[in-house]
Amino acid sequence: MVAVVTTLPHIENLPGWLSLVCGMALFARAWLWLRNGRLPRWWLLAPLVLAGAAGIAWQYHSMFGRDPGIALLVFFMAFKPMEMTTRRDGMVIIMLGFFLLLTHYFDTEGIAAGFWILASATLLTAALLRMYGGAQPIPGVFRYSALLIAQALPFALILFLLFPRVEGPLWGMPQDTYTGLSGLTEQMSPGSLNNLILSHDIAFGVQFETDMPGRSQLYWRGPVLDSYDGRTWRTSLTSNPHSGNKPVTIETTGEARIGYTIILEAHNRRWLLALDLPVELPEGATLTPTFVTRSRMPIRFRTRFTFRSVPDYVVNREEAPHILQQAVRLPLRLNPRTRELAESWQRELTDPEQISAAALRFFREEKFSYTLNPPQLGANAVDEFLFDTRQGFCEHYAGAYVTLMRAAGIPARVVIGYQGGELNPVDGYLKVRQSDAHAWSEIWLEGKGWKRVDPTASIAPSRIEQGIEAALPESDSLPALTRFDGGWLLRLRYRWEAVNNTWDLWVLGYNPERQLETLSLLGMEDPDWRSMVSAMMLASGIALFLIVCWTFFRRTKFAPEVRIWRRLCARLERFGIRRAPWEGPLDLAARVARERPDIAPLINRAASHFAELRYGTGPLEHSREHLHALRDCVKEFASLNLHHSLRH
Amino acid sequence: MLSTPTHAASVADVIAAANRIILGKDGQVRLALACLLARGHLLIEDLPGVGKTTLAQTLARLLGLQFSRIQFTSDMLPADVIGVSIYDRERNAFRFLPGAIFSQVLLADEINRATPKTQSALLEAMEERQVTVEGETRPLPEPFFVIATQNPSTQIGTFPLPESQLDRFLLRVELGYPDRAAERELLESGGRRDVLPALTARLAPEQIVPLQQAVDQIHVSPALFDYVQALVETTRTRPRFIHGLSPRAALALLAVARAWAFLASRKMVMPEDVQAVLPSVACHRLQLADGNGHARPEDIASLIRSVPVM
Repeated sequence: MVAVVTTLPHIENLPGWLSLVCGMALFARAWLWLRNGRLPRWWLLAPLVLAGAAGIAWQYHSMFGRDPGIALLVFFMAFKPMEMTTRRDGMVIIMLGFFLLLTHYFDTEGIAAGFWILASATLLTAALLRMYGGAQPIPGVFRYSALLIAQALPFALILFLLFPRVEGPLWGMPQDTYTGLSGLTEQMSPGSLNNLILSHDIAFGVQFETDMPGRSQLYWRGPVLDSYDGRTWRTSLTSNPHSGNKPVTIETTGEARIGYTIILEAHNRRWLLALDLPVELPEGATLTPTFVTRSRMPIRFRTRFTFRSVPDYVVNREEAPHILQQAVRLPLRLNPRTRELAESWQRELTDPEQISAAALRFFREEKFSYTLNPPQLGANAVDEFLFDTRQGFCEHYAGAYVTLMRAAGIPARVVIGYQGGELNPVDGYLKVRQSDAHAWSEIWLEGKGWKRVDPTASIAPSRIEQGIEAALPESDSLPALTRFDGGWLLRLRYRWEAVNNTWDLWVLGYNPERQLETLSLLGMEDPDWRSMVSAMMLASGIALFLIVCWTFFRRTKFAPEVRIWRRLCARLERFGIRRAPWEGPLDLAARVARERPDIAPLINRAASHFAELRYGTGPLEHSREHLHALRDCVKEFASLNLHHSLRH
Repeated sequence: MLSTPTHAASVADVIAAANRIILGKDGQVRLALACLLARGHLLIEDLPGVGKTTLAQTLARLLGLQFSRIQFTSDMLPADVIGVSIYDRERNAFRFLPGAIFSQVLLADEINRATPKTQSALLEAMEERQVTVEGETRPLPEPFFVIATQNPSTQIGTFPLPESQLDRFLLRVELGYPDRAAERELLESGGRRDVLPALTARLAPEQIVPLQQAVDQIHVSPALFDYVQALVETTRTRPRFIHGLSPRAALALLAVARAWAFLASRKMVMPEDVQAVLPSVACHRLQLADGNGHARPEDIASLIRSVPVM
């Protein structure tokens, strides 16, 4: 049971054969248990286990490291019950279980995992209790175990709030932390976005301060790619902060300013995503000459950023010459047909806006189609795409459009980021997934600055208005959840995600920065780790005290005679006589008579008064007399006490 | 109805006299008497020859009660215990010949040698305090006190009493070997059986029922009820025992504790009384979870130690 619960969540991360073997081992053990069968002998188990360990070593090319380590533990966990005969074996399984439980956090930090682990810990504790407490009734063991866990929770909370934080994921291990973070890269080559779009991972979440702007406004600006080598679009050095750059000048044309908070997943890069175009940046972030928001440090854990953006803007009416030069550069001798087309437009039309319109019309009127599975392209990629295959998605259209513009002498560049997102109607939280990745273009027009142009919108307007799932033909495959149909299931999913968002925001998003916020709420300005540790100790101490008080007061609502009797018994301890909890007054008096005959008469008297009060039949006024008499005994005893201690 | 001091004096007299016959077994004598006063029946489980019969006879004599004895064997029938109706040729009618059970103190010797059928006939009569033979219900004499003896069930040829039957015995005591001094005295003075006929009754039979009523009047305070309940609840949650004590067992515990307090000339029950009688009340009603039969006095002692008195 324990083994099943602790190994189960690991199954998805293990190689298939291992899951199968472990499942079979556990199943066999359960079968043996039900049938009261004999456990297999060691000579059967030992080769099996060795073979399994060898298999793991072969699979991971190592026995050391996180993943092979977990796999090995899971494997042992599945086989250990086969030789569980003594209490020590049970102990090993339970301890292994606790450890495996902890390793779940390597894979997930979600709320469901949290509850699963809490439940499993309760089960493990119950198993431990039952192992040491004998064959107790199972509900009672679970109640007790749950009580223990519940008592631990306040301390867990205190440690969570006050334990000095280090940056990084909650359970990250150093060498594994920053590998495998997916997301946009600062370059775009054929197929690079394609892979991303197939991923259902969350890129970031957005909480708007006001109403969410229309979907077609939701361009989340990421890196700007202004250098093209015929195959890959990259960010050139000119877009880095540079002494020759003019400061970014943004003129807002509309009234609207949109405030929002982005909860960005770790992507291990310095650029941030912001709604096109940000005017107020989070602290420490800067806007590059190509209007990309950059933070000081790579984003290595989920972080919150607060922005303010304007949807209608005119930016950099005047642009630095080197940036404009970079924005018309094209690889020589590549894509001749494209150049020809662009130059023909340039001859016919003088106005750059008309040229841009011509390009968009070209996309719309020729037989272009939107698909995630475009054919492979050769050396003259843009030529082949524009004149031969005519199948592609945002990266193709954005790339081809920018190439066309540059060929026509108009400064243009590719912007990548995300478009749209999924709004949870329950809490108004917009979730942007990797599948919302998008590429669009920008052109610079004299006197009008940089303008966003999204060629994909002219081919597949539904991509922009409704999202990727609407734009694709049915035959294209997408992650299952993306094509979720409506109904109660969807509402349920929205609710669940709303809960998860809160969890992300308050539990997983509790980073050093938020910890400082919490601490300043508690009146601790600028704490160092020492004061944090002492606050932690203090809070734990208070919690412990409260729990002890609670149990104490719950247990002991003592009648007055019991309080007095206890006081007397406490005094008696100085005479070396300690009343056992189960000892009645008469037995105690008898013992005192044996061990300390000198004080026996007094104790005898007190015991008989106490017995009358506690167990007797007397009427009320009678009991008052006894109470007084008992008090007098205690006083007398106290003076006697003093006398005796002086004598000793 | 006699006043309590007189009661106490007469009872103390009985105990003192019994202790002169049964040497070194004050606790068991008191328990047996408490059992009688609490209107219960007593089961003595021990090896042959440790004084089971002597104890029963002594009590009967000292209390002035009519005594009879049944030696159980495996071929004994219920009719042998209860009685039988035989045809009286002269009166041309059936006449009931009462069995040994129609006496005030019945010593049922080696009850676990009898077959379950005979055992249950006796035990039913004990519970109902009446016997129904051929449709006619006959009350048993008052007071009616059964002292059954049982050999340890490890001996061969025994039918161990089932749980439900054991529960009908208010107390179970073990006599055990006498200590060295008591045994020496016994050896010097010769067997006890010869002395028995010379014993005079210290109480009249009609005095027993008022004594029993006086025991019922012993006060039990709420604090003591709490304590008894705590003890009983602990037996129910302890993994050491298969089942806990039943409510009937709790009632039995209180009844014996009252009688014990009465024997100590107290007007109220103290936790010490409960603790003193608990092993005899609980041992034969609690089965150990490890399959080693009934609870031992050590188990009860640890039970007592785990329940605070207040």
